[in-house]
Amino acid sequence: MGWLFGHGGGRPGRSAEVASERLQLVLKYDRARLPPGLVDVLKDELLNVLRRYLDVVEEGIEVSFSAGDRRLEAPMALVANVPVRGPRRAAPSPARR
Amino acid sequence: MAGRAIVVTSGKGGVGKTTATANLGVALAQMGRRVAVVDADIGLRNLDVVLGLENRIVYDLVDVIEGTCKLRAALIRDKRVDNLVLLPAAQTRGKEAVTPEQMRDLVQQLREEFDYVLVDCPAGIDQGFHSAVAGASEALIVTTPEVAAVRDADRVIGLLESKEIYEPRLIINRIRPHMVRKGDMLEVGDVLEILAIPLIGIVPDDEEIIVSTNRGEPVVLSNHSRAGRALRNVARRLEGEEVPFAELEEDGWMARLRRLISRTSRAASGRG
Repeated sequence: MGWLFGHGGGRPGRSAEVASERLQLVLKYDRARLPPGLVDVLKDELLNVLRRYLDVVEEGIEVSFSAGDRRLEAPMALVANVPVRGPRRAAPSPARR
Repeated sequence: MAGRAIVVTSGKGGVGKTTATANLGVALAQMGRRVAVVDADIGLRNLDVVLGLENRIVYDLVDVIEGTCKLRAALIRDKRVDNLVLLPAAQTRGKEAVTPEQMRDLVQQLREEFDYVLVDCPAGIDQGFHSAVAGASEALIVTTPEVAAVRDADRVIGLLESKEIYEPRLIINRIRPHMVRKGDMLEVGDVLEILAIPLIGIVPDDEEIIVSTNRGEPVVLSNHSRAGRALRNVARRLEGEEVPFAELEEDGWMARLRRLISRTSRAASGRG
């Protein structure tokens, strides 16, 4: 998120760093042929499912894709970090779908 | 033995493909190689003006493909350098006038007679790109240290792989050392790490390029241009020579002082 701050401030001498971060992010999605907005949609839907079973710390959720490696033909990975306080307080109703 | 067919490509336009192609062609010819430079940017002919050969065009690439003239008749000899010819693009036709198969045949014919066939690829990744890369077995990617150019280069590297052109080599063009030092320009290392292909040239931003293009005299013909020197080094590396990447070092007393200090301290630590 550092680029958000370096961005509009017009501070000299930092724009290369901003360029590098933006480039790495955009290429991650280019290479995976994924639209960058997908993460947010996915995060919301995952959260809907998780909430049914777990007491999730919503502010702490991080969902992202790790970069793949073209040379190693390594696929990218969906990485989700979901802090959990415990099981959902009210038991989920099994009848609900 | 058949010559090497190398496509010069970038994805993004305006990063210096044509200038690189023209100058590498001249540099290789000066080194005694037989070189054909091919303008594959059908409809937007430009390699001719960068080389200063625009007034001598009679036939073009599409004429050859359509059988209007023999290949030999369309090749323009550069009178300043021995062994360099240009096959110009058609100006009044579109990209669809050439298919990848036709291009492959054409490049194959040129490879019989020349040591190097350098193909100047159009910007973009549509049909013009597919035709331009069709005959090539090697590629040079030209990029500038900017987000948009590097992104497009990455896309093109992937496309080349799907055409079985592996290990394209990278020319990073228009580096401005003082901006890099201030942290306001992507460094060579940043770009290399992201694109993960071997480097073959670092070309400093140089006003001499504009002057030489104005005149139609390739910058490698001039001895006092930094970009010209860098491009000559690319040609030597293509020939397999190991040339250290020293182009980023600026001329002037500050740079010389800095170099001297680093050399002295390296020597000192080496002895100690």
